[in-house]
Amino acid sequence: MWPAVLAASFLAFVTKWIGYLLPEELLERPLVRRAAGMLPIALLSALLTIQTLWGLDGFTIDARAAGVAVAVVALLLRAPFLVVVLSAAATAAVLRALGWA
Amino acid sequence: MNAGPPAADGERVGGEQRDRRLRAEAEGWPVAADPDGITSRALSIGIAVGAYAVSFGAVSVAAGLDVPQTQALSVLMFTGASQFAFVGVVAAGGGLVAAVLTAWLLGLRNGLYALHMATVLSPRGRPGQRVTGLRRLGAAQFTIDESTAMAMTYEPDADASRRAFWATGWSVFLLWNLGTLVGALGAATLSDPTVLGLDAAIPAGFLALLWPRLVDRSAWVLAVVSGILALMLAPVLRPGVPVLAGAGIAVLGALWLTRGRAS
Repeated sequence: MWPAVLAASFLAFVTKWIGYLLPEELLERPLVRRAAGMLPIALLSALLTIQTLWGLDGFTIDARAAGVAVAVVALLLRAPFLVVVLSAAATAAVLRALGWA
Repeated sequence: MNAGPPAADGERVGGEQRDRRLRAEAEGWPVAADPDGITSRALSIGIAVGAYAVSFGAVSVAAGLDVPQTQALSVLMFTGASQFAFVGVVAAGGGLVAAVLTAWLLGLRNGLYALHMATVLSPRGRPGQRVTGLRRLGAAQFTIDESTAMAMTYEPDADASRRAFWATGWSVFLLWNLGTLVGALGAATLSDPTVLGLDAAIPAGFLALLWPRLVDRSAWVLAVVSGILALMLAPVLRPGVPVLAGAGIAVLGALWLTRGRAS
């Protein structure tokens, strides 16, 4: 685990640092701007989908999906980040404790 | 942290010194000590981000990292979405290479922020000059969503913009790490963190990070297509890889479909 933690940290820092060395004109390239805007959206959505609906037995709708559904409601109600995350965790925990998921 | 791209941070103050002063007075902050509200705003951003860090620390330990490894991510990597992605891929049984790659791709935007901040942070903001030496190392580590967004809020006032960047960077760095430690130590005392539903907390965290970026229809389409692709690839690829492949195909497809557009 340590090599992965350090490698990922090193890459994250070098990515930031290189930005201070490259010419700012790169920002004016439409392709760079569009790709930079799209990448986080696509990655976060793929992570969200897999972690909600994919389990050890493949596609599955379980307590995690219920938790994320509650998180959507929390976001619609403009709840702060911690409340969104805690409401999802609490929903999953309660459903499991009741034996419903 | 990393709650949204700087452009989405709305509240562009511009050069309106008086507006800021009035707002600071309305919020009850001592105007003389904090004339443009930078310190108070940096502190409130840090507190919000620190609360998020508590959940990061907890899910990281639940994912199988120990407390020092969790803390190392917050000190050294220091970019929230990437840290969340790293422990998320590990928790899902994905390989460490996939975890590193996913975290790196999510952190690429920080490099673009750095391109912009390089000139903003240059000594006295002289055109053509750039920040160098030790300050550049510090600036690089602090180049994240929040600090960049705050700096841009105060443009074109170069001095205020620089102070906003450093104040927010310090505030977020210290409180993000404090929050991480609290969450990690808390989760470490539990025998089975999944009992608390922390496996549902991870996707909820991704959702909360994604939410502010879904600003128009094309963002929604991209998100939905990327999610469906990842899910379709999941049965045939090793854990961790479907996320990279699904998102990669979705972005390449979107770039090809929108080729020739200015932004």
